[in-house]
Order: sequence, then C-alpha cells, then structure tokens
Amino acid sequence: MKPSIRAIAEDVRSGTRSAVDTLDESLVQIERSDPTVRAFVRHHAPAHSIAESIDRRVANGEDPGPLAGVPVALKDNLALENEALSCCSKILYGYVSPFSATAVERLVAAGAVPVGHTNMDEFGMGSSCENSAFFATRNPWDRDRVPGGSSGGSAAAVAASCVPVALGSDTGGSIRQPAALCGVVGLKPTYGRVSRYGLVAFASSLDQIGPITRNVEDAAVVLGVLAGEDPRDATSSSEPVGDYLSGIDQGIEGLRIGVIKQFEDAEQMAGLAPSVRSNWAATTAMLTEAGAQVVEVDLPSVHAAIATYYVLANSEASANLARFDGIRYGHRAQTRTLNDLYEQSRSEGMGPEVKRRILLGTFALSSGYYDAYYGKACAVAGQLTAELSAAFEHCDVVMTPTSPTSAFRIGERTADPLAMYLSDVFTTVASLSGLPALAVPSGLDDEGLPMSVQVVGQRFDEGRVLRCGHAIESQLGTLVLPKISAAALEIDP
Amino acid sequence: MNLEPVIGLEVHVQLATESKIFCGCPNAFGGEPNSRICAVCLGYPGTLPVLNRAAVDQAVRLSLSLDATINQRSVFARKNYFYPDLPKGYQISQFDLPLAEWGTLPLSDGSALSITRLHLEEDAGKLLHEMPGGGELPGESLVDFNRCGVPLLEIVTEPDLRSAGSAQDALQRLHQVLRFTGTSDGNMEEGSFRCDANVSLRPVGREAYGEKVEVKNLNSFRNVARSILHEIERQTLVLESGQLVVQETRSFDASNGTTASLRSKEEAHDYRYFPEPDLPPLLIDDARLQSLAGALPERPWARADRLRSEFGLTGDDAHLLTQSVELAEYFEEATKCLPENPLGIANWIKTEVLRELKRPDAPPAANWLAPAKLAGLVGMIDNGSLSGSGAKEVFAEIWESHEDPHRATERLGLAQVNDEGQLEAWLQQALKANRGPTEQLLAGEHRVVAFLVGQVMKLSQGSADPRWIRERLLEWSRANGAP
Repeated sequence: MKPSIRAIAEDVRSGTRSAVDTLDESLVQIERSDPTVRAFVRHHAPAHSIAESIDRRVANGEDPGPLAGVPVALKDNLALENEALSCCSKILYGYVSPFSATAVERLVAAGAVPVGHTNMDEFGMGSSCENSAFFATRNPWDRDRVPGGSSGGSAAAVAASCVPVALGSDTGGSIRQPAALCGVVGLKPTYGRVSRYGLVAFASSLDQIGPITRNVEDAAVVLGVLAGEDPRDATSSSEPVGDYLSGIDQGIEGLRIGVIKQFEDAEQMAGLAPSVRSNWAATTAMLTEAGAQVVEVDLPSVHAAIATYYVLANSEASANLARFDGIRYGHRAQTRTLNDLYEQSRSEGMGPEVKRRILLGTFALSSGYYDAYYGKACAVAGQLTAELSAAFEHCDVVMTPTSPTSAFRIGERTADPLAMYLSDVFTTVASLSGLPALAVPSGLDDEGLPMSVQVVGQRFDEGRVLRCGHAIESQLGTLVLPKISAAALEIDP
Repeated sequence: MNLEPVIGLEVHVQLATESKIFCGCPNAFGGEPNSRICAVCLGYPGTLPVLNRAAVDQAVRLSLSLDATINQRSVFARKNYFYPDLPKGYQISQFDLPLAEWGTLPLSDGSALSITRLHLEEDAGKLLHEMPGGGELPGESLVDFNRCGVPLLEIVTEPDLRSAGSAQDALQRLHQVLRFTGTSDGNMEEGSFRCDANVSLRPVGREAYGEKVEVKNLNSFRNVARSILHEIERQTLVLESGQLVVQETRSFDASNGTTASLRSKEEAHDYRYFPEPDLPPLLIDDARLQSLAGALPERPWARADRLRSEFGLTGDDAHLLTQSVELAEYFEEATKCLPENPLGIANWIKTEVLRELKRPDAPPAANWLAPAKLAGLVGMIDNGSLSGSGAKEVFAEIWESHEDPHRATERLGLAQVNDEGQLEAWLQQALKANRGPTEQLLAGEHRVVAFLVGQVMKLSQGSADPRWIRERLLEWSRANGAP
C-alpha cells in the first residue's frame, strides 16, 4: 500500500524524510517504468532545487504547506513558467511558457514539486493518448492497451506509481476515463471551481482542471489546494471552498443515489462490456447493502449528450485553436504568402483528429448552419442541465459506470473516430452541465483490467461526491497498482 | 433617374482608460513597437481575458451621452478571422446583445441621427510594411501588437444620412460628444476615432435600399465627405450606364480622392460569431447605471444652452464656443478671472483666439495663452488702461510668448494715459495745429472729428483713449458755440 499524500507531506514537514529523497524515489520509479509506459513527455530540470528549497524551509522551522515535497506530474496543457508546453502537438514546437497556470502555482505554493509534463491526446482531443504527436502511452496494467485519454499520461504516471498525484484536464471525460482505464481516482471539479488560467483551452465552457490520484482522500487534499476564485479567470467561482476532508469517511448511510433510467435500459446496457455491466450491478447492490438508497432518475435528453458535446466542444475548439497560426510562436512553415503560411503551418503542425474537429466546429458555427448545430446544441445542453436539476430533487448524487469498457487495445479504435467518441457516453453528461464528477475504481475484469464507477454531484457539492467515492473505495478497497520493472510490465498479483 | 444617396456610418472610438480592455497593459498611443504587450493581449496559450471595468464605464458614459438604452445584460462574442495583427485568431466583440442600442445624435441642422447600436470590443495590432522610422522590408511585414486590446466602442448608425455634408456633420458632432464627455481623446491621426461609411443609392421615393458599398480607411472628417462624394458619383455613373452596383468593401485613397475595391461580397468573411465562453455576460446593475448617469459630463448642446443662460451669450456665440471642449473650457476659465465681462471675453475668443487657432500651425490646447492672461487683457481694456487697438497688438505679442499682458503693455509702451490734464493739453495742441479742421468742427462738421482724434492719438503716441478724446472734442465744440 503506497503512502497517502497526507503521509508523504507529513513526513517532509516533520523532517522525517527529506523532499529530495521523496523526489528521488519518484524519479527512480519514472526511470524504471517510463521506458515501457511512456507517460512523460518532459522532465523538469528545476525539480531538484525546488525539493532542496523545501528541505531548507523545513530546516528553518517553516511549514512549506499541505503538499510539502509531494511530487506532481502535469498534463502537457498546463503551463509551468519557463518550461516548454506543447499540448503534445507539433504546432507548439519550441514554445516555452512565460508564466505558470494558477492551478500549478497553487500546488507549488503548497509545497508540491512538479517533476514533469505527461503525454496526452493532442490538445485534449482523444480518448486513448494515441493522438499525441510524440508517442502513445501504454497502460501500466497491460502495455498493449491504451491508458485512456486525453489525460492518459497523467493517469498512467499515477498508476505506474511514478507520482502520487498528477493534474489532468477534463472537457468531456478526459480525467475520468483515463483514471478508470488505469485503475486510479480522477476528479473533475464543478466548472468554475478551479481556475483555468494557464490551461491551454480546448473547449472553454467545459474545460476543468482536476487531480488524478491513488485514492479518494488524496483527491480531496489536492482539490482543497486547487480550488478557489482567481482574478485571472472570469469564469472561476467565488463560491467558498469547502473542507473536503472533514466527514469524508462518514459513509453513505441514507444517501440517495440516482441511477439514470435511460442508461439502465436493456438495450443501452447491451452496449456495455459484459464485465462492466456485471460490475455495475454488483456495485449498486453493494451500495444498497451499505445503507444507500438507489433511485432511478429520468433524463430524457441524455441520449443526445455525446452529439451535443461534440458540437459544442468542437465549435469552441475551432476558435480556441485559431491562435496557433505560425505567426508568433511554435511551428512555422517556410512559405511565400500569408495564406500559405497559415495553411501549411497548420497542416504540418496539427494531427488528423485536431484537423477533423476544427473542421467540424468551423462548420457548426458557419453562417446558415449555426442554428441547426451550435444553437441547437446549446439548447440541448440547457435542457439536460434542467433535467439533472430535477433529478437532484430525488437524489443526492447520480452514479453511472465511468467507461463502457475497460482499457482497449492500442490501435483498436484509431480507424473509427465514432467508436472512440462513444468512450465518452457516461462522462459528457456531467461536462455539459458543469457538475463535479469523480471516477472511482470498482474492481478488475476477467482480464485483470480495472473498471470504474462515476459519482456525479450537484454544483459545488464536491464534498458529498468525495464522501460517496470514499465509501465505495472503503467497501471495495483500492486496487493494488501494477508493479513495473524496466524490462517488462508485470502485474502484481 | 433621380437618385438619392443613403448613408450610414460605423465609427470605432478608442476609449480613454489607463489600461487595455482585457489585461493590465497601458492603453496609450505609439511607443516602441511591442513594448506594451503581455501574454494575455498576445493570446499566449492558456491566457484568459478579464474585463476592465473602467472601459465599461467609459462605454456606458458615451452611450448615455447619446441617449442610448443600456442593455443591463450584454454578451461578449468571438468574431473569428485570421490576420497576423489578431493574435487569438478572433476578436472579442459583442454581437447579439450589445452594450447599448437606439441612441440619438443631434445634428447641426436641428435633425437627429438614430444610432442603431453601440458595442464594446478590443482593438487589433498593426502590420508594418516598412521598418519603424523608414527602411525597406523586402518581402516581409512586421507586427506591432501595442494596440492589441485597446478598448473600442463601435457605434453603428441607421442609414438615415442623405448627403456627404450631413455625414461629415454627424461625425463632427459625435466627435464633439466624446470629447465633451472625456470618453476618448478622439485623435484621428492616432486612430482613436475611425470611421467607415456605408453608401448606396436608390431612386427617390423608393423604400428599398440599393446595393451598399462599405468605404474604409477614412482618417479625417474631410476625407469622409470626399469619399462619400466620390462614391455617390461613381455609383451614379454605374447605375446611369445601366449596370448594377456591386456589394463590396472599398478603400479610400486620400491622394487622389477615389475608392478602390478591397473585397467583394463573395470574399467577405464568415465571422462565425458565438458567445465568448471565457467571459460571463456583462451585467450592469441599477446602482452602477444610476451613478454613471448621475455623474455624466455635460454634453456639447447642454453646455451651449448653459453658456447662453448663464452668461447671456447669443445662440450663435454659444454654438461657436462649444465647437470644442477645449474652447468651452477656455471661455469658462477666462470668465472665472473676469466675471464682470463674459461677453467681452466671448468676443475676444471669437475673433482673436479663433483667428490664431485657424492657422495651420496652431498650438494644441495645452499651449494656448493661459485663459487668465486673456482675461487680464480684456480687463485692461475695460478699466481704460489699454486701448482696443493696443490690446490687439499686445495679444499678437503674447499669444505665443505667453508673456504677462501687463508687462507686455508696459514693454511696448501701450499703456493708456488716463491723466486728464495731459490729455487736455494734447487736445488743445492738436486744435491749435489744425486751424482749418478746428473751424469746421466749430461749424458743426462732425466728419472732421475722426481726423482730430487721430491727431491727438499721434501726439499721445497711442496712449490716449480715443473714445475719451472724441467725447471731449464734441463737448469742447459745443461749449465753443458749435450747433
């Protein structure tokens, strides 16, 4: 059993163990696992001096903060001052960020040590990490399988025990789905709970930064550091930040858990992998046994969630990615005219999935099609949000499986973008409504691959979501993470 | 075919604020290229816009000054297009729900121009096709991003103007409003006040509009009128030759007074506007609106009314003195120093000051003769220590040098003599030296008075008060038997 974040920080704060030793342990594990897992795209040279300065502060009797000496990995779309930032795209080749993301600043201010940037689907567009311009990351549980995406590198880094926490970003499931496929905990906070300043935008109205951790308590600790209003992000919320740890272990006696009627439908269930289906049934049964009350809630619009999500996210992305034009930074093609410069820089710098989504989004916003696509999608998102609000009158949280399948094989879905998009069937619902959602491991399937359930809460009700997740974790136990040697991946029995 | 021009205006006003609209960079003109930029206004990955309240306040002030209805909930939108001076690949603007709608601009002829909408947006940077300060850049262009994110209020009028002259008048009136309200410096050379004109023609009596042409690149009031005149002429020729006007965007060339096609309707951008997800809707509550409306600076027409009622100026004079906020300020400042004679000050500003200001090399307001010094000059005429003609001489002397009027009068020896004994002596000396005219005066021939006054003035070397001399001559002639 790996130590909790609180235990790691406590050891550093009390001088029991140095931040430098803690970092070195992390770096050794990265050295051991990353040649096969390939979770990291970049290591941060200043990590050592940051760890040393934390040790100095401890020696001087100062308290470096609740994350003292905790090594942290960052998804490659989160800015760290004076470090390269690429979103795993060729178009950002050579770009170095002149500033840090607010979320990263907060981690560092709390004593965390950023060790490196992790792999991702280019600009967050993908569910497998195969759309990275660098390389595909492997699932630590089975190196022939994907870690999920787009925060696949972050989930794999935690699952491979390289770091106790990695930051990811979630637009339609990009924290929760890879956390599910890698057997770790992933939290997408309420939209506005964590500042987006310094997160390279994919779909601004949906993007949210969150932690990927080994257990639910760790996610609560990190959220406490990340959350809060930021004057640099006008969409960040002034809602007071809760104490996510207090009462986290209160259990779920009497908690009303909503399951979505439309997902319980036999035909829908048929779309799930059989093991996920039986795991879901077993999990809800377990919750009932533990004293929760499972109620069915009606979300008539939920069938449109994926289509709605892809229209909205791609529309916003088509504008958000326009700044990558070869003029000021990143890749620039050598051309004679301005139009060629734009066309070739973007053609050469962006991968096929990014181009596909920019084209779809541009189309959805264009004159004559706006009402039918973007306008309609906004209306459906509003409708879905209203249906969820109504559902929350009958339940405290809503639960679903996180992913319809466990980790799929590398290359299995790359030829079929639609099949890939269906990975998001359960996660996009919370994204479109800006609700907090937590992915918690719920067991291993026949092939020894992790499965996961998702707990969705009301706006800013992260406390209850984490409490529910903690109860699931207590009942089922955290998964024993795979042990990885340099030679090959081995699953710890 | 009797054709009628239909003209509407789109004006971009740079708002006077300390910092840019979405970041903390200073809002100022010029400067070393790319010296007033940051990660936010350069649109670096991960940056987000944060709305500057001061820009909103200025925009609301200007909108209220035009009696527009403020939308207490307005929405920012992204206007998408690629250009190297637009770092994000979209401009943050407003589309469906602008800040304000339906304003009114009073025109000089007593009519009013309806304003359709007023919306907030960010300015773009500038492309440089030659090195700053000259020097060729073969096959290359540079970008200066200093202007990126300067707050703009775009003002769109109804197509209700019917002549180049009224379009020019509308712009001048609008310019006057923003200067009086302090919402923009309105500097046209520096691009603080930029205008596009939409021009079309239609047969008189027809309601439907003709194909419109948008004319860009109009950097002076005069060029707005010139370009519209040219477009009217050009479109008239097209229509009269039986062809159709093409809807397009044209650029005005000030060097030859003509317009040339910039892009056709087919080449027009599809801006794909959609609500800006990085900024929540802009809400302006009642309290903020009331406090801005309550502290609204006086508008030019209100100020003209007040000048009339407070100082007894004629309508024409009040209009003249409110043609610019600087002139109105100048008048009121001077009047504070000489409250007993506002009309005298008004006259001096109308004649002497305005004459100086019409010169091509006229100084900016900051370098005008201090209003207190003008008041001092007028006061000297009023108390008889300086003649009117002497005062003109002194004014011409001190307008540029800013010398104190009393000291200049002394230095030039123009101080008026008020010693009646001395004046009487000069008068008697003149009468004796000019027997003929003196006799004519005694015979009641008043036409010689001017000549004799002139003789006294000559003896006094200009220091006598000609009005006093004239009165005294008539009095003397009557006392000596003149009819």
